[in-house]
Amino acid sequence: MPAKQSRINDFVLKIATVNGTGSASANGLLMKALFRMGIPVTGKNLFPSNIQGLPTWYEVRANHLGYMSRSGRVDVMVAMNVQTYQKDLAEVSPGGFLIYDSTWPRANSMQRDDITVLGVPLSKLCNEAFSVARIRILMKNVAYVGALAALLDLDLKIVRTLLEETFAAKPKLVESNLQAIMLGYDYAKENFSCPLPVRAETMGDNSGNILITGNDATGLGCLYAGATVGAWYPITPSTGVMDSFTMYCEKFRIDPETGDHRFCIIQAEDELAAAGMVVGANWVGARGFTPTSGPGISLMSEFIGFAYYAEIPSVFINVQRVGPSTGMPTRTQQGDVMLCAYASHGDTRHPILFPANPYECFEMAVTVFDLAERLQTPVFLLTDLDIGMNDWMVKELSWDDSYRPDRGKVLGPEDLAKMDRFVRYLDVDGDGIAYRTFPGEDPKGAYFVRGSGHNRYGGYTEDSDEFQDVIDRLLVKWETAKSLVPDAVISKADRKTRLGIVAYGSSDGAVIEARDRLAQDGIHADYLRIRAFPFSKEVVEFLRGHDTIFVVEQNRDAQMKSLLMLEANDIADRLVSILHYNGMPIPSECVVRGVIEHQGEEAAA
Amino acid sequence: MTYVRPKIELPGQKLNEIGLALRDYEGSLSTLCAGCGHDSITAALVQALWEMSIAPEQLIKMSGIGCSSKTPAYFVHGAHGFNSVHGRMPSVATGALAGNRDLIGIGVSGDGDSLSIGFGQFGHVIRRNVNMLYLIENNGVYGLTKGQFSASADAGSTSKKGQVNQMQNINAVATAISMGASFVGRSFSGDREQLVPLIKSAIAHPGCAVVDVISPCVTFNDHVGSTKSYSYIRDHKLRATETDYIPARSEIKASYYAGDTHPVRLHDGSSILLRKVDPDYDPTRRNNALGFLERHRSRGEIVTGLLYIDQNVPEMHSQSRTVTTPLKDMKFEQLNPGSEELNKLQQGMK
Repeated sequence: MPAKQSRINDFVLKIATVNGTGSASANGLLMKALFRMGIPVTGKNLFPSNIQGLPTWYEVRANHLGYMSRSGRVDVMVAMNVQTYQKDLAEVSPGGFLIYDSTWPRANSMQRDDITVLGVPLSKLCNEAFSVARIRILMKNVAYVGALAALLDLDLKIVRTLLEETFAAKPKLVESNLQAIMLGYDYAKENFSCPLPVRAETMGDNSGNILITGNDATGLGCLYAGATVGAWYPITPSTGVMDSFTMYCEKFRIDPETGDHRFCIIQAEDELAAAGMVVGANWVGARGFTPTSGPGISLMSEFIGFAYYAEIPSVFINVQRVGPSTGMPTRTQQGDVMLCAYASHGDTRHPILFPANPYECFEMAVTVFDLAERLQTPVFLLTDLDIGMNDWMVKELSWDDSYRPDRGKVLGPEDLAKMDRFVRYLDVDGDGIAYRTFPGEDPKGAYFVRGSGHNRYGGYTEDSDEFQDVIDRLLVKWETAKSLVPDAVISKADRKTRLGIVAYGSSDGAVIEARDRLAQDGIHADYLRIRAFPFSKEVVEFLRGHDTIFVVEQNRDAQMKSLLMLEANDIADRLVSILHYNGMPIPSECVVRGVIEHQGEEAAA
Repeated sequence: MTYVRPKIELPGQKLNEIGLALRDYEGSLSTLCAGCGHDSITAALVQALWEMSIAPEQLIKMSGIGCSSKTPAYFVHGAHGFNSVHGRMPSVATGALAGNRDLIGIGVSGDGDSLSIGFGQFGHVIRRNVNMLYLIENNGVYGLTKGQFSASADAGSTSKKGQVNQMQNINAVATAISMGASFVGRSFSGDREQLVPLIKSAIAHPGCAVVDVISPCVTFNDHVGSTKSYSYIRDHKLRATETDYIPARSEIKASYYAGDTHPVRLHDGSSILLRKVDPDYDPTRRNNALGFLERHRSRGEIVTGLLYIDQNVPEMHSQSRTVTTPLKDMKFEQLNPGSEELNKLQQGMK
């Protein structure tokens, strides 16, 4: 057995359970306990497309340096699911620990001598202490939290406070939950040498940070952006966005006196209709959006092309999941980059924002509305299941009270009164964006929206020159977009290097950690994180400024690399893909390995 | 090209309550075939909107794709128009009316647009009871693609080329009634006397008012063997009810009550006067309406008039308790909780 390495505030804890047994609240309790001890922590829910019965895992990473991605290790496994025991046992890193429910014996063949296996008779303890069957199952989860509290040296006072906060309305539950905590805690204390070398230690209070999912932050961002019409069709993993928007609308937007709702949320019959509703709402001047996932974007593509050509602002939030087709609905991927960039038939292209974490989801959920209205075009907020549904520690969200929405180029009755005549698609100042009006305000502003050929005045046309005039102006608008979208984030290595890494969205955490690890091995790379498409100037400059650029992304076909090659084909041969697309969030190990292997090949060549 | 009708001011022309002439409710010149039923419906819309003194800017004219969907360009040039994608007009109208509930929505669709590609959205705009007039210009045929049967073509009817349609038709009004529509009417493009008050009643109705107008296609479906031709409709239509629309401020005269007439009072104080032509017919009872329609359908008769009404079905905004101010006019301060609330909220995320 390898020497037990001490890992304080630097470990991965993985809990294997069965879907629908109520482990979510126990896992949340663990996360929050670590968070309140001041330790940077993230929780990833690896779950099946199922309501009850299939295996599910929750992976907690505590890391004093603040690394947020998966590391590829498992230091402590809580193996509560007999079905997956063998696989879970195999996954523990050498020197690690496995805790299982020892009420029933496990087969001797399922053993490893390079890890420590700890049996806690959780079912037996709970069956003796609680009489109701359903309670016993739930309490078994709470009891493993108790055992972990002893083994990992979690602060029991914090655990107690958390239970009191959770069950503020039902004080009886605080006591029964605490009882279950102590069953596990006492058993571990009596039978094992606690704490383990893998353990937690208070390092602050994490003030200035919060725990939040990307979907929660996105819905909150839409509320703060002043969105009033939300149209959607339920689809995993985006449903949480509308759940969040609804919850915050009900909290902040119901008139306390009249009960009037200052929002209208429509559960559409399908994604085609949801897209149409968003287009309709924005056309009349209300901020409307739809959250969806890849299959929804496929269905919405008809309206996305319409909104592009008819120049109607519209916000599409795509929380990506694994495709193609139904794919794996509860797994993550960055597979819709190309789909969103060029959604719909004919010559179309659309701005995309790529938040890397829930903090940016909140910020960019506001930016996306401003951009859509300024540019009068569909704009995508592209997140993924990892960002959307997992628990992230991010710095507190902030809000500038002086913010006002950018409604873009809109003419009201007063502006129209000064004009001889209003025409819809005329670019008067060279930015490629024409003025629009809202229905219901002034007959002088009336115009006809159509997806069929139209000229700069808004009239129907089948005239070649008139048609091309409008479609060419949309390219001018595209150039304008480049100056309006969020800049990329560049992080320089601490010495001059010809190596660069490009990533976006949820791959950010893996790259941050990988760069530190590579630097320890003497490999230094500058890092550019793309935050938007079309690419702003610094993206192309970064590419041209490096000899080898690793493009890290979570899809098979190197979709972002393809977009970069279209923008800067002169440096195409310098781009090297590092790809991860099995449905699990990308671990830092994948980036480290990708860079080292390529460098080795270069050296050998 | 858009052909603009020359505007000629005629001395002494009649003005409505908001000082507009009938011509102010006209649009561009129609590019449909001469004699197309759709143009008669456009004329009825112009008449109805003028009589109701609807401010052009309050009106939104919505459509999908097809011959029918061209018609919003042909009425009320001062209103915003929206020619969307095939079969998806209802969703755009729903979003538009969600964002601004004060707008008066008129959706013009066709049998292909509503009963084939847009059948789903047709059903759901009814189910949601979005406050709008949903007008179907129904000719049983695809005109722009040159004469294919549509889903409303009757079994046994023939195409211009002599093919016999063997599939059952989708009956727009029976479908709408069975899906829970709050207002369903049917008329004939050639019967302006019936159509104008029916359109006015439908606009006044607080919910989704479906009006199916049989509108013969002179080019592809006006032959012997068609059941949507001018002559067939004239010979087989049966008026079940007659309607008149009485605005809020008008007095309902006792003389209106002649025969089997009663007023349906709407929430805004206006009324729809309903006269039963056939004493067996009760347009306020769904099973009676469906039974009546089916009895006459089996005899080859086309029942017209206001076929079903329930003015008390809650429309979309009352279902969702939306504020009366249009959402697009809400002040940002009424929508955004501010930094202090954000900080408070985040205390629960620690």
